[in-house]
Amino acid sequence: MSDPSPPPDGAPGRAPDRAPGRARTGTPGRAAALAQPLAGLRRPAVLAGAAGFLVLLALPFYLGAFWLQTGLFAMSAAIGAIGLNLLTGATGQLSMGHAFFLAVGAYGYVYLASDSGPHLAGLGLPTPLAFLGAIVLAGAAGGLFSPIAGRLRGTYLGIASLALIFIGQHVLFNAGSLTGGFNGRDVPPLRLPGLAFDDSPGLVLFDVPLGALERLWFLGLALLVPAAWTARGVLRGRPGRALNTIRDREVAAAVMGVPVARYRAGVFVLSSMYAGAAGALLALVFRRTVPEYFGMFLSLDYLAMIVIGGLGTAAGAVAGAVFVSALPQLLTRYGDDLPLVAAPGSGGVSPAEASRILYGAAVVAVVLFLPGGLLGLWSRLRAAATPRRGPRRPVPRLDEEEQPA
Amino acid sequence: MSTFVELVVNGVSMGSVYALIALGFVIIFKATEVVNFAHASLLLAGGYVTAVLHDDLGFLLALGAGIAAAAGAGALVEVLVLRRARVENHAVLAIVTIGVDIVLTTELTRRIGTEVLSLGDPWRDRIVTVAGVSVAETRIAALVTATVLITAFLLAFRHTSWGVAMRAAAEDGETAALMGVRLTRVSLGAWALAGALAAVAALFLTVFPTPGLDRGTSFAAMKAFPAAILGGSTPPPARSPAA
Repeated sequence: MSDPSPPPDGAPGRAPDRAPGRARTGTPGRAAALAQPLAGLRRPAVLAGAAGFLVLLALPFYLGAFWLQTGLFAMSAAIGAIGLNLLTGATGQLSMGHAFFLAVGAYGYVYLASDSGPHLAGLGLPTPLAFLGAIVLAGAAGGLFSPIAGRLRGTYLGIASLALIFIGQHVLFNAGSLTGGFNGRDVPPLRLPGLAFDDSPGLVLFDVPLGALERLWFLGLALLVPAAWTARGVLRGRPGRALNTIRDREVAAAVMGVPVARYRAGVFVLSSMYAGAAGALLALVFRRTVPEYFGMFLSLDYLAMIVIGGLGTAAGAVAGAVFVSALPQLLTRYGDDLPLVAAPGSGGVSPAEASRILYGAAVVAVVLFLPGGLLGLWSRLRAAATPRRGPRRPVPRLDEEEQPA
Repeated sequence: MSTFVELVVNGVSMGSVYALIALGFVIIFKATEVVNFAHASLLLAGGYVTAVLHDDLGFLLALGAGIAAAAGAGALVEVLVLRRARVENHAVLAIVTIGVDIVLTTELTRRIGTEVLSLGDPWRDRIVTVAGVSVAETRIAALVTATVLITAFLLAFRHTSWGVAMRAAAEDGETAALMGVRLTRVSLGAWALAGALAAVAALFLTVFPTPGLDRGTSFAAMKAFPAAILGGSTPPPARSPAA
């Protein structure tokens, strides 16, 4: 939780990085610095987390297909966004190539899991192995690019990684035997021993028949929770501090002994593995992979997610992913009841367009008015609510100060 | 042989149009260190205004209006968004321009719909044949206009005080500010200029060989990103890899 205070040169720790405030107030030791938030946070936060998790576990028993699918899109987007937030939010490395790694994950899974046919190649591996293989493949693809990723700073990496999108689109459309070309490929469902993630009948729990979407929901949770937990651990530990320092002041990081290029390359590989997992999960939900989905707009969507949610934290990525991926679905579903949103094709603003405009505007508004994103808003609200609890904790106000002027 | 010459002329002409786009992109990047992902939407805005107005105003006035609209849109983005964003991380600024791009492009493509708009250019589909080599007039016009504009920019960049201020800002913003260069003006000018260049490029992206301005035009604009990068975004004269 606590960071070494960033170099005191006016590069303020950005939003999600709340530690510098505390460190500057001169909290005597590291133990005290750690104990401070834990004392106030631990029990309610853990309880709330556990309750939220139980609710998420219970949801498939109540929700219809529409909501389950929306939730699954959000979960896969959340995994990908966490990865991108490690790279762009925590390290300040812009990546336009995230969609490419999602595609590697999705197509990697399909290729590894499918049987070889007359027109399409495949390895026919057991599907869980193929899923892991897809993540490893995405990581390897990130590794191939990492010599470049390690050397380039910030926006320059963004420009360089744009090339990945163009290369990726070309390969996806033209490597027919691998990717199925324009029409894409069917995705074989994941089969664990004794449990297939498809619509096969026979799985009934608490009198609720569990179809493919319900089963995938649990798979999504089983992937998202460790993904978020790992990212949180990375960000709060030593690597996280190193990454934040690189973002805030590269020279200072190098002086303090952080191997800048190695960390940049490493976080790039890690983020592409997250993208690979997200892509493979997405393929399982869609049941078919099509190349045009993995274009530049997907990369832009992911960047919008982490900015809207809050840069540099796993929770921010999850919040932004839910916002961006649920918005079009909700507007499509409830568009009839909303003013200004017209049915598709009637000349007015269609739900899909309305949602794009809304989240494009949300990106701008968040950067202008809500530094720290949705998560920053949340902790600011909490900060506004805390003082009423009592006179103790003079520190939290500094603790929550998101944007030093 | 004549086919070869035709291909070369067409290629160089297309390349010079992309150079206009890439030049605007690089101007912004050098003046403000912001990667402007909204560039395609500025281009679309300029083209759209020209297309809508050319029936009423005539081609030249409409083109002027389109250029002004795109320049104004660029300046507005700078004043309303980038200047107010209190972030030091340029990656975040790049993402903001993505937000702007999403809003503008979505609204413009919605207005354009499935139509293909003509920009009312005077060249139409006439073809000039010189010594057995046939080239569309539009391609010649594109080549000439782009050459003139780029030359004018380079001369202004070298010799006017505005150009000097901009070069100084690109070299080292803080020092330039201390020397009295108004960075806000430089960046405002860069955005407006980039918008204007994009509007001109929009015209030549949509004339004769291509059917007209449609919702895919902004994708064509995206092709200029690699051009800007391959040409090297360090000193502003970005060279176009002649398509």
